[in-house]
Amino acid sequence: MSVKMQINGQEVQVQAPPASRLLDVLRGELGLKGAKEGCGEGECGACAVLVNGQVVNSCLIPLGQMDGAKIVTIEGVPGDSPLLQSFHDCAAAQCGICTPGMILAATALLAEHPQPTMDEIRWGLSGNLCRCTGYGRIYEAVTQASTGDAHG
Amino acid sequence: MAKLLEVASEMEKKNSPKRVDGLSKIYGKALYVDDIPLNGVLHASTIRSSCAGGVVEELTFDPTFDWTPFVVVTAQDIPGLNAIKMLENDQPVLVDRVFRHAGEPLALLAHSDRGMLETALCHVHVRETPLAHPVFEIDEALHAEGTIIPDNVYTDYLLNKGDVEQAQKNAECFIEERLMTSSQEQLYIEPQGMIAVFQEDGVLRIEGSMQCPYYVLDALEQCTGLDKDKLRVVQSTTGGAFGGKEDYPSMIACHAALLALKAGGLPVKLIYERGEDLRVTPKRHPSRSLVRLGANREGELQFIDMDFAIDGGAYRTLSPVVLSRGVIHAPGPYRCANIRVRGRAVATNHPPFGAFRGFGAPQSIFALEVAMDRLAAKLNMDPAELRRKNLLHRGDVSPTGDLVGEDCFAQEILEAALIASHYEERRDAFRHWNAAQHNTLRGIGLATFAHGAGFTGNGELYLASRVFLQAHADGQVEILCSNTEMGQGAATTLVQIAADALQLPMEQVHLAQTDTARVPNSGPTVASRTCMVVGDLIEKAAQCLLQKLRAEGGLSQTFTSAEFSAVCFRMQESGKDLLVTASYQPPVDMLWDEKSFTGRAYSSYAWAAYIAEVEVDKLTLETRVLNFTAAQEIGHAVHPQIVQGQIEGGVVQGIGYALYENVLWNQFGVMANDRLTNYIIPTTADIGPLQVVLMEKGLGAGPKGAKGVGELPMDGPAPAIVNAIQQALKIDVAQIPAMPELLLDLSRAQRGSQCQ
Amino acid sequence: MAEWLRPRHMNEALRLLAELPADHHQIISGGTDVMVAQQLRAPRDIAVWLDLSAIPELKMVEVTAEGIRIGAGVTLSVLRRHPEVQKHWPMLAASAAVTGAAPIQNRATLGGNLCNASPAADNAPVLLAYGARLEIAGPNGTRFLPYDQFHLGYRQTALAAHELLQAIHVPYLPGGSRAYYRKVGTRAAQAIAKVGIAAWIHFDAGQGIIAARFGLASVAATPCLLPRVSHYLEGNNLKHVCEFTIREKVSSDIKPVDDIRSTAEYRLEVASRLVWEAIHDAH
Ligand SMILES: Cc1cc2nc3c(=O)[nH]c(=O)nc-3n(C[C@@H](O)[C@@H](O)[C@H](O)COP(=O)(O)OP(=O)(O)OC[C@H]3O[C@@H](n4cnc5c(N)ncnc54)[C@H](O)[C@@H]3O)c2cc1C
Ligand code: FES
Ligand code: FES
Repeated sequence: MSVKMQINGQEVQVQAPPASRLLDVLRGELGLKGAKEGCGEGECGACAVLVNGQVVNSCLIPLGQMDGAKIVTIEGVPGDSPLLQSFHDCAAAQCGICTPGMILAATALLAEHPQPTMDEIRWGLSGNLCRCTGYGRIYEAVTQASTGDAHG
Repeated sequence: MAKLLEVASEMEKKNSPKRVDGLSKIYGKALYVDDIPLNGVLHASTIRSSCAGGVVEELTFDPTFDWTPFVVVTAQDIPGLNAIKMLENDQPVLVDRVFRHAGEPLALLAHSDRGMLETALCHVHVRETPLAHPVFEIDEALHAEGTIIPDNVYTDYLLNKGDVEQAQKNAECFIEERLMTSSQEQLYIEPQGMIAVFQEDGVLRIEGSMQCPYYVLDALEQCTGLDKDKLRVVQSTTGGAFGGKEDYPSMIACHAALLALKAGGLPVKLIYERGEDLRVTPKRHPSRSLVRLGANREGELQFIDMDFAIDGGAYRTLSPVVLSRGVIHAPGPYRCANIRVRGRAVATNHPPFGAFRGFGAPQSIFALEVAMDRLAAKLNMDPAELRRKNLLHRGDVSPTGDLVGEDCFAQEILEAALIASHYEERRDAFRHWNAAQHNTLRGIGLATFAHGAGFTGNGELYLASRVFLQAHADGQVEILCSNTEMGQGAATTLVQIAADALQLPMEQVHLAQTDTARVPNSGPTVASRTCMVVGDLIEKAAQCLLQKLRAEGGLSQTFTSAEFSAVCFRMQESGKDLLVTASYQPPVDMLWDEKSFTGRAYSSYAWAAYIAEVEVDKLTLETRVLNFTAAQEIGHAVHPQIVQGQIEGGVVQGIGYALYENVLWNQFGVMANDRLTNYIIPTTADIGPLQVVLMEKGLGAGPKGAKGVGELPMDGPAPAIVNAIQQALKIDVAQIPAMPELLLDLSRAQRGSQCQ
Repeated sequence: MAEWLRPRHMNEALRLLAELPADHHQIISGGTDVMVAQQLRAPRDIAVWLDLSAIPELKMVEVTAEGIRIGAGVTLSVLRRHPEVQKHWPMLAASAAVTGAAPIQNRATLGGNLCNASPAADNAPVLLAYGARLEIAGPNGTRFLPYDQFHLGYRQTALAAHELLQAIHVPYLPGGSRAYYRKVGTRAAQAIAKVGIAAWIHFDAGQGIIAARFGLASVAATPCLLPRVSHYLEGNNLKHVCEFTIREKVSSDIKPVDDIRSTAEYRLEVASRLVWEAIHDAH
């Protein structure tokens, strides 16, 4: 099946079986390895990407549904995104395997709540597991990105 | 809450340069094992036993199926010794006939197409005669008739000080408890995996996710029979490990290597999917502790007596070392003249248990700290007061019989934690809360403990770690060591230590990729030793390098980075070697007797007091952590932000351990909840900001007095939380995880007994 | 290679469905159940996929005189944010908000949650309590089915082979209605329910109970009502409701089991306690 999508601002056409997982298409055909596979069943969020502005788990999406979709992966997050800087400032990436998914989930969160409360942060990121940080550095990074209150 | 964040960031800004691995991970560019581009790769799969021990009668590859495009490996294909190199050669690389647990590897398959691999697996048939009576419980194994190994005991240790029997006669207050901890899965988010490929020069290169490249190298040497110079082990970016990638990567590496030996030059990639990773890789040892404590009326401990047993699973692997750490930490940071700890690592038919952050200490500390609260209750004394009375002071004798020197902050850290958490205020407020009609009951609980960093006893001596510093003509300096970055921040911390010591900007110092072809063996990345032990070696190497540049290159006492580079250039030009080495020298007072468990077990201890505030729903018995204060004395925080991240991460793993991380077993002794939908770890919705208090008063063995902190935060949360739950519900909780189902049973039983 | 059908209209979807081989096709909406099953349970050989995600009719939410009509393809994140849902059917907004987490809610549909027919489906108890009706489209037109007649047995529904769920209708509730919703999972977010309960209780001007409906998850082979509890309460007065009787009725209405997430005993006890709480705390 041939599917046309816009990935990180670029039109691409992919030829692959329709039930292929978007995750495999991104990592395989398109060489975008920023999305990771942590569980393959929608639980961990390591494979998260944005589809039409919403955070979703690419391991649960069949390619057949992506015709015409606008997809953003970590590789397509604009370089001036305050989240990239704040994750760095706050040492929010430890082993880093959850980080791309976490940053995309945070991107969607900040689009909906530009000044999120701690509760909104905690509910908004609850589909992304991180085993390293205990989430403290991540809360701080998201808070910093939302207030523009850089430090370090 | 916002306030808390501000305070935290103020504290950690100080001396916390950006992580050197930060940007590549944030941009998604770091290459984890599954991300490494390969041409013509073969994917691999493992065929496993399904019974809990027994004999493989027949392993048949369906003759009607075309096996020619597959690479097939069985035990017969192993050129070297069919045993994983560990403490003992008891665990086969591939089962030949006899096996001890379900999920043991029997054979390996590889093919370029994953689908074909799946199909082929259906054409392999295994006929097993199962073991008649597999054992899965510690006490069952200790009393079993048929045994896995003699007596089913891998190791039996005794720490014995004073005279417990005599002290028991004199104790005025006495408790006896039986406490259990269940297994816990590391749940690094990156599953395990390895790539094996022959280089053009004939060297077999293994690359993957791991903690200890030299363990892997040794295992490969033994199993392939190749010389070490024909083997090369490279660590790829590692997506979390927590101990889980200490020993098992050797197994996966051997498997990938065996396939590569038959794959005609094609690379072989063996990556576990999550379910397989959960079912077969080692987890935290389950434990059972019988604890007896005695005190006088004033609450001074008269004796500590513990029978501590851990489930080692079907092979010895790392169990003896886990056990020894558990035994040494069992008596806690308390002053007590009479101590007896018997520790046993027991053989069962579970897959082997292994390393997980804390390494035996979280289990025995849980038992002791919960027992301490029971003793406090019996004495009618506040738990904090009981600890105050017994925590070590400078100059006391430690449980292993050596003198506690100046570096003892057990009392100070307790007071700091009590103040930071508003302990008394909260305790009283919770009393009122519980007396009023609310939907929840609240409690505040405490644990005080110390964690020894580095290998136990003479372990560091045997390791004889070495590091190299290599200066280059352009003035860049490279650190060469075998210690790995797996998220804990080692890369940044080690670069920072070297840069500090060399008086250079961090940009001028680099950590070489962990590649056994280049780096010397500086020991495994375990036991909270990297910053402290290896960091110290790097500091020494840096001094050495400066000395050399001064003596041979005329570098002046103070210098700019450009002057440093200029000297390097000149020396290189004149053919002078810019490589320096530092090797481990044990501290002079480091005397440890492994037989009697006496002497100085660790070169330094970090001291801690953790306080948990919990709320339990009266109807559903669900527990929520309201606040958590983690206070620790760690000598010197090399990089406070990374230290804070380590502590927060460890505490949250500890919260999971206490409340819901529950490895369940199927009838074959294999993890039954082998998916992330039913092995539950905390999410952001469960975890609020934690309060981390760092005290930097002591003098550890590391740079500027740093002590290891990696494992420490795993020790305290479980007992603190359970103690808080006990206070809230007025029940005794004897095991973790403290699931609502368990709490419901206990609170109903308690209500029942009140009625009578 | 499997075929992927992506109709743009309901009629087209029904026509395609009618022609599909009975066994080797798979209907997919948000895919959050289907894709997991595809990967983790024995993957079936699927010849044809019928993808409902491009049908605008299934994505509509309409407020009508009787209540709200929610297209089967409406995602849980749309539901959770929908102002009318939040205002009139707060339990539905609440259940949608605790079904998985954000990345799941952005894909998972209400129709999929019901058709997947898991006993643990989080939105099922709410729709049972609200007395929802299903609009089911088939080759011979549309039929309506009270939702409480939809689940026939473990993962078995009243949908015939060539039918699709088109929409879910939830009625406005009379004045004097009170509601109670609670999900008990192992952790706060992204957890499968150990017990889920939604209650709707219709009081008269005093404490008399005119009607009461309880929807429960994870306590039987299907999401279920508590008919005996309802029968006991209806016409009764809150003052006279006895806890012991409630427990008795709950235990005869549900059939909880031990599984990997919890125990039958816990489920029964907690369900009884929460029903009792619902009767008193519904608001
Ligand atoms: C990580 C994760 C967490 C989850 N957590 C929860 C949770 O907490 N609570 C909970 O209740 N669920 C949970 N779920 C499951 C939940 O996401 C699904 O039940 C979801 O609502 C199904 O909707 P879908 O559109 O994704 O369905 P799909 O997967 O597309 O379909 C599900 C089933 O319904 C059928 N179907 C779908 N639409 C129609 C239709 N219109 N007509 C006929 N048949 C149809 C399909 O054929 C399929 O059999 C979770 C899932 C995951 C992966
Ligand atoms: S890999 Fe997709 S959610 Fe875990
Ligand atoms: S940083 Fe390792 S899992 Fe999040």
